[in-house]
Amino acid sequence: MASRTLRIDGLTRVEGEGSVKLQVRDGEVRSAQLRIFEPPRFFEALLRGRDYTEAPDITARICGICPVAYQMSAVHALEDALAIEVPQAIRDLRRLLYCGEWIKSHALHITLLHAPDFLGYDSGIAMAREHGAAVRRGLALKQAGNAIIAALGGREVHPVTVRVGGFHRVPHPRELAPLAERLRWAREAALETVRWTGAFEFPDCERPYTFLALRHPQNYPFNAGRIVSNQGLDIPAQVFEERIREHPVRHSNALQAELLGTGAYLTGPLARYSLNFERLAPIAREAALAAGLGSRCTNPFRSIVVRAVEVLHACEEALSLIGRYEVPAQAACECEPRAATGMAATEAPRGLLYHRYDLAADGTIRLARIVPPTAQNQAAMEEDLRRFSGEWLSGPTEMLRRRCEQLVRNHDPCISCATHFLRLEIDA
Amino acid sequence: MYPAPRKTRLAVWKFASCDGCQLSLLDCEDALLELAEVLEFAYFPEALSRPVRGRYALSLVEGSISTPKDAERIRAVRRRSDHLVTLGACATAGGIQALRNFAAAGEFVAAVYAHPQYIATLEHSSAISAHVPVDFELRGCPVNKLQLLEVISAFLRGRRPAIPAYSLCIECKSRAHTCVLVATRQACLGPVTQAGCGAICPGCHRGCYGCFGPQETPNTTALSDALAALGVSRAALQRLYRTFNADAPAFRRESERHGE
Repeated sequence: MASRTLRIDGLTRVEGEGSVKLQVRDGEVRSAQLRIFEPPRFFEALLRGRDYTEAPDITARICGICPVAYQMSAVHALEDALAIEVPQAIRDLRRLLYCGEWIKSHALHITLLHAPDFLGYDSGIAMAREHGAAVRRGLALKQAGNAIIAALGGREVHPVTVRVGGFHRVPHPRELAPLAERLRWAREAALETVRWTGAFEFPDCERPYTFLALRHPQNYPFNAGRIVSNQGLDIPAQVFEERIREHPVRHSNALQAELLGTGAYLTGPLARYSLNFERLAPIAREAALAAGLGSRCTNPFRSIVVRAVEVLHACEEALSLIGRYEVPAQAACECEPRAATGMAATEAPRGLLYHRYDLAADGTIRLARIVPPTAQNQAAMEEDLRRFSGEWLSGPTEMLRRRCEQLVRNHDPCISCATHFLRLEIDA
Repeated sequence: MYPAPRKTRLAVWKFASCDGCQLSLLDCEDALLELAEVLEFAYFPEALSRPVRGRYALSLVEGSISTPKDAERIRAVRRRSDHLVTLGACATAGGIQALRNFAAAGEFVAAVYAHPQYIATLEHSSAISAHVPVDFELRGCPVNKLQLLEVISAFLRGRRPAIPAYSLCIECKSRAHTCVLVATRQACLGPVTQAGCGAICPGCHRGCYGCFGPQETPNTTALSDALAALGVSRAALQRLYRTFNADAPAFRRESERHGE
């Protein structure tokens, strides 16, 4: 019977190298594979034998798009190992830094990577010819996020001030004042971006995802909270590995994760939003509802609107943090190495990022384990391809190809991140 | 009426890397759309679909060579490029992933793979210049975006990029930072590291960790002696030279003098 295989080699407008393979038989999609062939860089192996103080700078190099996320998960996991409680002022500054990364990363994805799909262009640069104002607004938003990172971290990519226990240097309030000025503009631009993306046309694709994200008693989650799902999971990061298993698959250079007893799950903006809607700043909540989102979102194409809502929230949050900023009494807590294990999960722009470190008594890293969001989302992305691509099988192949690329791009995969964690899982 | 001159074709290639250096190009927010006026972004898969095939006037290459397939691919890139510039520590010195070059053969692969047969990887991560001729190497982990704009402008005008090869100390002094090595006795690679980042680490009260790689003719021996006198252990000295530019010859040689 009619059977065909569709391959999309070299996915574009994603970070890193991947491809899609669909197998179709009798007009039905039988299998869908997201193939990741980015060369692995062995971070977990090269962290062994390094000093614990080096982990934030080394793991930042896993991803140039979300280095702050790696630094945050690393310092929180190491502080867990060393039983360090950082004061609220340091937590606030970390949150501000993370706001910068969310704004930067989301604005990049919305403007240059994702929006061209909805408006029918091959790139943000091509889109700029007819949508110049929107592209310039998106780039300026991205720049506002970068300005936060540079002010706190010294530079936009791989910032240099984050350390276990706090910061190498904390800013003077007068350094943050110009940021506030810029963020007031950014908040308006973000609001405009929510309206702009909310007016795009979305295919009617809904499915019942298992969502997984952090949840905190008061805040929309960045650095802190328990890991929860919409299926009743509610655990601290310390038992993450007991509930989530990763396994190698033949077609990918990244491991796939599954939630034991549930299977594939999704982490990232859709999950964060759906599990934490009521924790959003009021301005972000209102904008979301006005843009046609409910308090949950299960249409992956609408993730572009959710990202815009998160940018708006991050601008509001950053303004509030800057408004009440006081220089912390100490830039960093004293750290005393000891033999211990520590774990932490934080919310990278693309979703939950888990780190674990086993330390020797002198602070040498004996073992590192890192589970990035894109590896966790692989199975869910393949499920999206299986569920939704059938709709476009009867149309032109070019349309099908574009839609499949979009199905992957919806989740903003960071393939560079996902690949570097091939780990030893012995098949007994 | 004459037809508008054809724009210069630019290509951006990625090998083993974190994407941070090509992101620095997108981080040139203000200049990006202006660049698009004079350059055709002909191949840049991270930012655009539908590559333009053919020859490229300037290829920017990010990442190191770590698989047999990539070793072939970089040769094809070179054949199609009038000029080839490497971006950052991975492309210029093999990157942090070049730490595998110091491990016993097979150690990293064995430590990480469940099914090594699924993946082809080389024992070494190497610089682009180990495989093909390179016209200019831009340093940094990540590169400085202003230096990146200078390199692109220089190639557009057919001149050499004005990128200083002196040490970070020059940059640090010109910014009037207090010397962290002298005043706070912290280990600092500034005296042997190429300038370019803006001396941001000393500016944040910490020692330079060498992400721009060795300066021209660095005196690493003298620096190691000074650091040892401050009480930096042999193991710590080795780690200091072995980070993002571990396989740059001057840092590799110096690191081999230390260790447990």
